[in-house]
Amino acid sequence: MIEVLSNGALNTIQDLGRFGYRKIGVSVAGTMDKLALSAGNLLLGNHPNSAGIEISIFPFRVRFLEDMVIAVTGADCAAELDGASMLPWWSVPVTTGQVLALHTPIQGCRAYLIVRGGINVPIVLNSRSTDLKARFGGHEGRSLQKGDQLAVLNLNARSSRWKCGYGIAPPHVALPSNRSTAGGIVAVRVIPAAEYDKFSTCGQAQFWDSLWRITPNSNRQGYRLAGTALPSEAQSELLSHGLVPGTIQIPPSGQPIIQMSDANTSGGYPKIGTVIEADMWRLAQAKLGESLQFVQVTVADAISALVAERVWLQKIKTDLAAVQPALVNIGIE
Amino acid sequence: MTRKNDISPPRFSDLGSCALLCDAPAPLGIAWQRRIWALAARAETWPGVMEVMPGMNNLMLVFDPLVVTAGSIKADILKLWPYCEWDCEAGKTLEIAVVYGGEKGMDLEHVARHSDLSIDEVVRLHTTAVYTVFFLGAYPGFGYLDGLHPKLCTPRRQEPRLQVPAGSVGIGGAQAGVIPSMFPSGWQIIGNAQDVFFDVTKNPPALLAPGDKIKFRVERIER
Repeated sequence: MIEVLSNGALNTIQDLGRFGYRKIGVSVAGTMDKLALSAGNLLLGNHPNSAGIEISIFPFRVRFLEDMVIAVTGADCAAELDGASMLPWWSVPVTTGQVLALHTPIQGCRAYLIVRGGINVPIVLNSRSTDLKARFGGHEGRSLQKGDQLAVLNLNARSSRWKCGYGIAPPHVALPSNRSTAGGIVAVRVIPAAEYDKFSTCGQAQFWDSLWRITPNSNRQGYRLAGTALPSEAQSELLSHGLVPGTIQIPPSGQPIIQMSDANTSGGYPKIGTVIEADMWRLAQAKLGESLQFVQVTVADAISALVAERVWLQKIKTDLAAVQPALVNIGIE
Repeated sequence: MTRKNDISPPRFSDLGSCALLCDAPAPLGIAWQRRIWALAARAETWPGVMEVMPGMNNLMLVFDPLVVTAGSIKADILKLWPYCEWDCEAGKTLEIAVVYGGEKGMDLEHVARHSDLSIDEVVRLHTTAVYTVFFLGAYPGFGYLDGLHPKLCTPRRQEPRLQVPAGSVGIGGAQAGVIPSMFPSGWQIIGNAQDVFFDVTKNPPALLAPGDKIKFRVERIER
């Protein structure tokens, strides 16, 4: 068991998401930073889809009520175990009674606490992710609160001869953005979407050339951006259609909205583009107040980026197999 | 008789590298919608296709681009498009009892004023129509219903309510629907239904499915 010692309106249990139910109106939900969750899971011998804790409200503290193996990934949040600093992206053994503290991130904004075995909450519609809007999944369909106790799956497996003291380079080092950007600016790659051509050449240029600040009115559902408003030359409302996280809509205000993990399944504002899947983690780690720069790419570019990401994840698995000869995947399938 | 190759093809657009949007030609209509439901049922089984999501006159497909290319999905859709036939008998017909007006039907009077009809006339028009579930979206288990009497079309509220009761029977512009559980909504709420429209413990979790027919029945009118 893990005991939560802090309240945090947006700290939730997440796996990779709830798939197959969009057609009945259920959002995907799931981790905002897929790489941090998957890599953390692979590092501990879990299935990449095992559930972890997504933390975006700091400081966040938990007490371990049993011995287990953990990793902290995602944002660099100066993790401390009983007051001593702990390496992030590293497989670390913890003993009963130890307290982990995560502080306001130095880099990024969402941290992940992963445990060997995965967090054990009931599977709802094929996923352990918390759907905050619909109030199901995760821990009682809500954010974590002080006093919550979370069980860990496959606890017996943790006591096996699992070798700790092993880590990986975080994705911002291993998969750097090939576009150099100034501090406070995050470059994300975008493929033009259905209504792109309905914007004037001038509007299109403005979309690529200007910076878009992430406003405080941004959350797991969507990021609302602020910049010089785009001319709303495109038809202002379309027939409702399916949306994916990453879709960039331009509502009548001319200020873009990017759909994120908890996005509604459908919408009807004009779509100027879609952030590529391989850059969604960069977006997830972009802080409020930072600015986004959109970089136009093709579908082929997006697929190469996706391949690079999968190769990186696969390498974690194979490298680990060399370190852990008796490796057993213990996460959910 | 229409020849198969006379049927206009859909228009495709990218939603990133892992999803495609397939828009049926305008205007929106039940014939295109049936073709979309049929296509969705077929495409869902294709290798690499992870999810299908019918919308209003369109279909979104989510796929793994390392398993299947967008190009081959588009080619398969174009091949199948003229032959997508929906079995019109496939959907179920549901009768939904509604308490109109009162505390949980707070906009009934507003809709009556807006349409310049009496409350009884609003209820009569709302209950005589047969509605078709076009697609599910926005909230878990929420069906967009086509078939609202044109006289009852009422714009959404300027400011959405932060929460409406579960089972809220609403009107949003020309669309009708029942909001399954407590959610924010800008729709005009004219009544309340007791039926459970979404339950994660049930299989399927949603009461409604595209192609279903709905009739509303007056339980009573609260004034």
